[in-house]
Amino acid sequence: MTVMLIVPIGAPIAAAGAYAALGWRRATAWLGAVAAAVVLASGAVLAASTDDRPPTALDGLLRADALSAFMLIVIGAVALLAMLASPGYLAAEKAAGHATGRDTRRYGVLTQGFVAAMALGVLAASLGVLWVAVEATTILTAFLVGHRRTRNATEAAWKYVVICSTGIALAFLGIALLHFAARHAQVPSSGSLDFTQLTAYAGRLDPGVTRIAVALLVLGFGAKAGLAPLHAWLPDAHSQAPAPVSALMSGVLLSVAFYAVLRVKVIADIALGAGFVRVLLLIIALASLALAAALLLAQRDYKRMLAYSSMEHMGLLALGAAIGSRLAVAAVLLHVLGHGLAKSVAFLASGQIQQAVGGSRIDAARGLAARAPLVAGGFGAAVLALLGFPPFSLFASEIGIFRAGFDAGLGWAVAAALALLLLITASLAARTGRMLLGAPKTGPGAATLPFRPAAAAGAALVAGLVACAALGITIWPLHSLLDHAAAILEAHG
Amino acid sequence: MNDTLYVQLLDLACGAFLLAGVLVLWRRDLAAIVRLFAVQGAALGVLVAVLGVHDGDTEVIGLAVGIGLLRAVLLPWLLRRALAASGGAAGPAANRETAPLVNVAASLVVAALLALLAYAVTRPVVALDPSPAAHAVPVALTVVLIGFFALVTRRRALSQVVGFLLVDNGITAVAFLTTSGVPLIVEGGVSLDVLLAVLVLQLLTARIRAAFGDTDLDGLRELRD
Repeated sequence: MTVMLIVPIGAPIAAAGAYAALGWRRATAWLGAVAAAVVLASGAVLAASTDDRPPTALDGLLRADALSAFMLIVIGAVALLAMLASPGYLAAEKAAGHATGRDTRRYGVLTQGFVAAMALGVLAASLGVLWVAVEATTILTAFLVGHRRTRNATEAAWKYVVICSTGIALAFLGIALLHFAARHAQVPSSGSLDFTQLTAYAGRLDPGVTRIAVALLVLGFGAKAGLAPLHAWLPDAHSQAPAPVSALMSGVLLSVAFYAVLRVKVIADIALGAGFVRVLLLIIALASLALAAALLLAQRDYKRMLAYSSMEHMGLLALGAAIGSRLAVAAVLLHVLGHGLAKSVAFLASGQIQQAVGGSRIDAARGLAARAPLVAGGFGAAVLALLGFPPFSLFASEIGIFRAGFDAGLGWAVAAALALLLLITASLAARTGRMLLGAPKTGPGAATLPFRPAAAAGAALVAGLVACAALGITIWPLHSLLDHAAAILEAHG
Repeated sequence: MNDTLYVQLLDLACGAFLLAGVLVLWRRDLAAIVRLFAVQGAALGVLVAVLGVHDGDTEVIGLAVGIGLLRAVLLPWLLRRALAASGGAAGPAANRETAPLVNVAASLVVAALLALLAYAVTRPVVALDPSPAAHAVPVALTVVLIGFFALVTRRRALSQVVGFLLVDNGITAVAFLTTSGVPLIVEGGVSLDVLLAVLVLQLLTARIRAAFGDTDLDGLRELRD
């Protein structure tokens, strides 16, 4: 069993090594997809075998409980979609003169390193290793954000590194203080940042110090999850990164950072009672939703539009985590998977559109439904999924979060969130409608030629949507896994 | 080492650590700021070494040497190299923080207020463990807050990097003052991450200069809503 914990980290690292040695060429282009499929498969194997004693590896540094296995499945699924679309995307970038052979080699190495770092993050048994993995994702993705080397890309990369590194430094301060509290609660020094040890001793942690530590950890990892108040990097980075990287960053990286918040919340709920983190997360959730709604109202760029939609969904996850009941937490996890699938399809389709129209302004992309039915259909269906329409799984998970909110007596917060969601839905639907169905632009220079994606990229669009819809209709393959994972996270305060 | 000497050395190292942080706000010459940062890195190394000698912990003393080398030698060297490259490209005027968002006098007042805030926030920490080391935690937190302040009010790319590094120095100091450092693997990971983040930022500084012709971050205004 131990080897199953090493494989999901080792496979992407091996693929990264192959890209470093051989470059991105016809023979190696699909290695990334293979590595992602391995991550997905090992997540499924670990999920099938979760029992009371989760397997550990590397001297207890790695541990895979039901929650880790579930997150590994999310990472594998989204990475698989992104890696299937990558060869076509890079070929088009090369043809347009935006990328050279060196750029594509670096793209291969960095994306695989990025996937490995995320897998390490969710398999980490201790808060310290999780922190190192999340910070490693910042460094690896910085160059992917600045991939195009234009003024905009450089600006986005700078903001991304400065804000995320500072945010994550705050989280480290929180870890240092939590370690301090743990040592004074006689937690054995060998595992003083280990999640199970911290949870076991949480009742004895000093509340004053733990309160400071938890606030810093939630704010710090929240910065990386794109939650207010340190969210400013998100729209820039997500709009400037290459489309498959945007899909990975928006679809899973945000959720991996949010996973850290969830792990911290378990400890905080025991040490401080459920009230403290609940208030903190409620404020953060409503602020994120309000900001996303306000900035979507006048949005003119479709990649930024999708980025703000990610902020909205992270706000919903924070709302669900604040509610904290078994139903709410299970819905949050299902939402992580559904959002990952739908958002990566939306970003992959937006990448196709961007390469065909030559920009990411909504005005420039009109009447796409006639020009490119497959891409436009994928984009439209993904946006519908993100808006929470059935049959997609986001419908079920949003209903779950809202119902749990009313049950927990947080009806006012749910009502406020619903009002903001209404605004967001209106903005998103109006803009997407204009892009897909609006009258095509005429006049000199207007691109009107039809375009279609490469076969694998088209398959990725369809597969993501089908998976998301299937989960909306039935979650039976994941039912017991979600139940086990939610039991780990349920608030007992 | 007897207790009086230990407390005196600890206070001396913390004093130098804090003073270097405050002086970063006072100076506008980027070369001087980098020198101050090196002094602070050395003070941090001494601080950790004093803690290690007091605890008789050779692992911590080894870490102190590593921290000193990284923060007093390697990082300042990288910063100086970035500075020399920009000085050659854009003339000496580019190497001054000409117009920070908050002027120097007001910055120093803010630093005093941040120190008060740090003392207020860390009361539970000192209450939990009233040892001389824990009493110095507010000083380290002040440096964290000063670093934040430099990060948001300075407009040169290099002074923002120094602000980020001040935050990080302060956090490392908190980690060692509270419990002689977090586990070794985490400390190693953190140091590696800081080094990589600085390398990334240095490369980006070069790209900003190539794309915008300057490292004044006021130019970075194209992406917004």
